[in-house]
Amino acid sequence: MAIRVVKVARPEKMSFGESVYLLEIVKGLGVTMRHFLRNMARQENIPTIEYPEVRRVMPARFRGCHRLMKRPGGAPRCVACYMCATACPAKCITIVAGESPDPKIEKYPVRFDIDMLRCVFCGQCVEACPVDAIRMDTGWYTMPENTREKLIYTIDMLLEK
Amino acid sequence: MEPILFVIFGAIAVGGAIMVVTRRHPMASALYLILTLFAVAALFVLRQAHFLAAIQVIVYAGAVVVLFIFVIMLINVPVHKLPVERVTGLRFLGVLAAGLLILESAVLTRRFAMPRASAVDAGSVQAVGKALFTDYLLAFEITSVLLLAAVIGAIALAKKKI
Amino acid sequence: MSPLFDLAVAVARIAVFISFCLGLVVILTWVERKGAAYIQDRRGPNRARILGLTLGGIFHPLADAIKFLFKEDFIPDGAHRLFYQMAPMFALAPAIMTMAVIPFGPPVTIAGHQIPLQIADLNVGILYLFAISGMTVYGVVLAGWASNSKYPLLGGLRSSAQMLSYEVSMGLSVVGILMVFQSVQLSEIARGQGELLFGILPKWGVFVQPLGFILFLTALYAEANRTPFDLPEGESELVAGYHTEYGSFKFSMFMMAEYIHMVVGSAVLVTLFFGGWQFPYLADAGFAFPGGVSFAVPAWAVLSLRIGSFVVKTVFFCWVYVWVRWTIPRFRYDQVMRLGWKVMLPLALINIFVTGLVLLLIDKGI
Repeated sequence: MAIRVVKVARPEKMSFGESVYLLEIVKGLGVTMRHFLRNMARQENIPTIEYPEVRRVMPARFRGCHRLMKRPGGAPRCVACYMCATACPAKCITIVAGESPDPKIEKYPVRFDIDMLRCVFCGQCVEACPVDAIRMDTGWYTMPENTREKLIYTIDMLLEK
Repeated sequence: MEPILFVIFGAIAVGGAIMVVTRRHPMASALYLILTLFAVAALFVLRQAHFLAAIQVIVYAGAVVVLFIFVIMLINVPVHKLPVERVTGLRFLGVLAAGLLILESAVLTRRFAMPRASAVDAGSVQAVGKALFTDYLLAFEITSVLLLAAVIGAIALAKKKI
Repeated sequence: MSPLFDLAVAVARIAVFISFCLGLVVILTWVERKGAAYIQDRRGPNRARILGLTLGGIFHPLADAIKFLFKEDFIPDGAHRLFYQMAPMFALAPAIMTMAVIPFGPPVTIAGHQIPLQIADLNVGILYLFAISGMTVYGVVLAGWASNSKYPLLGGLRSSAQMLSYEVSMGLSVVGILMVFQSVQLSEIARGQGELLFGILPKWGVFVQPLGFILFLTALYAEANRTPFDLPEGESELVAGYHTEYGSFKFSMFMMAEYIHMVVGSAVLVTLFFGGWQFPYLADAGFAFPGGVSFAVPAWAVLSLRIGSFVVKTVFFCWVYVWVRWTIPRFRYDQVMRLGWKVMLPLALINIFVTGLVLLLIDKGI
């Protein structure tokens, strides 16, 4: 579509009442006073969410912090295939594979670290996983911490969530 | 009490005035000018001329010096770029003129005795108003016209298209 | 009586009125934030707590004060050291000095002495107020200049031009009141407003000088650097304007000066246009309503009603400052100048002319 100039219709001139300005100020004061009194009377209707105590419920498809899924026995569902680590554009997943004690399963992750400082929350790891072991459906975003070390989430932390 | 206060405020006024002309930075000069104007206002109060004192502060300290400072800020010359005085004789001439002024005022105060403060009511609102609109009406109106001419002249000089 | 008695009375008056004003300043900083929040559908300050009590965030001014006291007190590298430190004092001192001439109650007789409830009843009254409040601009200008930074400089420039422009209209808008009440003394003006106009309305300044009231209110907002005239600190274009480079307690001095201006401005507005300490239809002996109905009120009740009415009116106009701030957007600079010189000044002059004409006609008995 070709670019065209849209001429916005503006009032040519203010009417006398508007150009005197005082009446309009009084009207505006009325509007703000209405808001003030309404919020004074019914504080529960103020839409503010008081953040640390109250959290917004995130929509179901919100990509938040990761979690690792467990098998019925409690072992991680992850098979240490490195698909997520390969798909990750930020290279934030570190996996060290080990031989699984369960004879039916080949490998399990000895280490599974996600560096939350590098993660871009793109969801590629979830897409890549062949066994649905990693999900981003916790509805939480990265918590602030004092040190960088605390923001490297280990396998234990990820399984807990 | 009154002579002591007079000496104190007079000293502040004179000292401030000397600082105005000797300070290198125009902003410092302007601030000392405010000090001088306040001291002069205090002298007016000592002579029971409260209205004059208030007007002195409103007009000079509150408006004229603000205008000076406005210009100083607008030009905003850094300290090392301030112009250097070229004519060398000026300071000598200034001291000479100040000496003459002191001599002159000494002679004048000897000739005419100052009226007592309580005896005159020249500085109150009523007295100043009455004097302005009766005895000095012509001078007052001529001054107004002069100021108006100055305003129009400034606009005519500054604006190319009116 | 004795000079000691006079001294005690003077000190008491100063202590009472200054603590009233400064207390109101503290409350106002909270009212401003909470009022802004409610007007904008937010909750506002509600975190600071003492012993588990928040009381709607009333402790926030205290927390602010402590924070300002303990922050690092720095001077920027390029700033002019002396002027930079002087500027907050230049801002705060005149603001406090203006409190001196406001009558907060009728004269009281204690032990045979008539004591005016006013720190100093100067015979130049309102002119002293203009003279001193004109000095506050130096704080702003000096801060802007001494910071040696672009945005404060622009803020200071704007402030000086704005103050000059609006001081003229402010002075002229009050002349009508001075003509009607035939005095420049604030105590006389407050007393004069106790009479009745046409036998029904209280003879308050707002009823005899409605145009003067609107002009004075507008000029007052411009002089206090409050929205819609807060161009010297317009945060959307000048970061924080003249106090961009200030921190810790020096910054809080600028804040305090602004809020004291609001309180004193409201008190002056009340004294000039809303009867000062006058309570409607309340004479010295008791209520006297226009219909001929009247009943007596004891003297102590009259006094407390009058002081109470002054306090209530002042607090209300302080709230109006806050209310207006969160209603009206900021003017553009050229609009401020146009309003000041092309609208307010002519209107103020017309107001003086018409007032003089009407007073002359009344004098002639027409």
